[in-house]
Amino acid sequence: MKWALGLTALAVLLGLPTVLSGYAVTIFVLIFFYAFLAQAWNIVGGYAGQLSAGHAAFVGVGGYTAALLLDRGITPWLGMLVGAALAAVLGSIIGYLGFRFGLRGFYLVLLTVAFAEVCRILASNIDAVGGAVGLYITFTGNPRQFQFQDQRAYYYLALALMLLGTGVVALIERRRFGIYLTAIREDEGACEALGVPTFKYKMLAMVVSAFLTGLGGTFYAFYLFSLQPNTVFGIPLSVEIIIRAVIGGAGTLLGPILGSFILTPLGVPISPPHHQARLAMTAPEKRTAPAPISNRPPTRPAA
Amino acid sequence: MAVGLTLIFGVMRVVNFAHGDMMVWGMYLAFVLSTRAGIDPYVSFVVCAAALFVLGVAVQRGLVDRILAAPHEMQILLMLGVALVLENTALLAFGPEPARVRSPLARLTWDVGPLYVDVARLVTFGLAIVLTLALSLFLFHTERGRLIRAAADNPYGAMVIGTDVRRVYATAFGIGAACVGAAGALVSPILPFQPPTGLSLSVTSFNIVIIGGMGSLLGAFIGGLLVSVAESLGAVFLRPSLKELFSFSLLILILLLRPAGLFGRRAS
Repeated sequence: MKWALGLTALAVLLGLPTVLSGYAVTIFVLIFFYAFLAQAWNIVGGYAGQLSAGHAAFVGVGGYTAALLLDRGITPWLGMLVGAALAAVLGSIIGYLGFRFGLRGFYLVLLTVAFAEVCRILASNIDAVGGAVGLYITFTGNPRQFQFQDQRAYYYLALALMLLGTGVVALIERRRFGIYLTAIREDEGACEALGVPTFKYKMLAMVVSAFLTGLGGTFYAFYLFSLQPNTVFGIPLSVEIIIRAVIGGAGTLLGPILGSFILTPLGVPISPPHHQARLAMTAPEKRTAPAPISNRPPTRPAA
Repeated sequence: MAVGLTLIFGVMRVVNFAHGDMMVWGMYLAFVLSTRAGIDPYVSFVVCAAALFVLGVAVQRGLVDRILAAPHEMQILLMLGVALVLENTALLAFGPEPARVRSPLARLTWDVGPLYVDVARLVTFGLAIVLTLALSLFLFHTERGRLIRAAADNPYGAMVIGTDVRRVYATAFGIGAACVGAAGALVSPILPFQPPTGLSLSVTSFNIVIIGGMGSLLGAFIGGLLVSVAESLGAVFLRPSLKELFSFSLLILILLLRPAGLFGRRAS
């Protein structure tokens, strides 16, 4: 029954782009993309209960790495992995400091926010990575450069990302790893008393989560064709990720997806200007060069 | 502003992420009062404080009270929600354009030997000191203030000796919010603001509180000075846009080495 339901849902999602308008496809891309990010956050924030409010840092690192590597002639398909690996390294640094020094709850939130903010400030001050203006990617439409003429390619990629994230979480959930994480969330002291290496598992959760989020960063960069320090490293993006997971149900397999399906369409009509630009670009089906993006700070959809 | 946050956090161990947004509301209130009724922000800060007191009590009674027993994470998320609602209603009501309150004081400067002193800043600084002093007098030398500190130290004990802890919490939250409202009105002629300013204000005040020490009024005050000095020095010696880097690096260091802050008691 469960399998049949899942397969039907998958079949519907696979077939949808053939009947949807370009505008609706764009909305679905955003739904899948945010569901993926929320799912990645879910590993460390939901299952392990270690509230990170700095996941935007991983998005930014992933996106910037892939975009910069493309300038050196390295395809984003490879850059994506490099970016994700770098995000994982950053995740392990934050995780090491946070968990080794035993920061919990509010203190961990602040630490992750502080790291994301440091990344944001550095990115906007280092001219080699575009400074405050950020990076713009020239649209070539070349699939080897992670760019597609056809909206539907992005649709399937985003769907694949979401399924990948969910698959990873499902795998974790069934193993000892997932059970340890849930136990750590419920009672860390008891876990330690029983001999669970809590530090190791929290680190692992953080690294896996950061890696996946870094992958998402590459998608973000090559979907919007622009990276601005204030949007990709900003607190609002981290919050977007968290509220999706929390509203759908943090620490559950389908929660982040549900949350994204509820919140993303709600946010579209009043979404950040860079998304609006993207939607405006895709509305007439044919895409031209990306419109210049205003430098206003993003306004967030009402939650 | 950090003083208000210290009070809320110190007393109730509630992390008020809506702090900056409450401050922005204080600013907009001062803005409306000065453009519509022509009241100078240095007078209307009293009104703003009163309005924010009411808002604070309402948020406390209506929302925070229900989840005081829940873990910290839940409170963070709740306050984040309140912050989003406040920010976006401000956005709806006032639009995204930066606003600034005009005050005749803001255009005055004093010549003190080789220095130019901005009168508006001086008045704001002076009033901040007065408010901090008044608050510590209230906390340490009045019955109500003692009750607040008692409830902070040991809510159960306070309840045993007959304190209405919920009411004390509501007062504390209200006073905390009132401080923010006053602070918002007072800085509105100096600092241009727009709805998203709230978030960065929240983060800055968390910086200050953590660096100064949770639940310590003196710490909040000194933390505020320390953060602004670190940022100004950073702006002078490196690039102005890098100044925030210093306060965040300071924050990371303090979090790791002395989470209770410079003047705080050890966290329980």
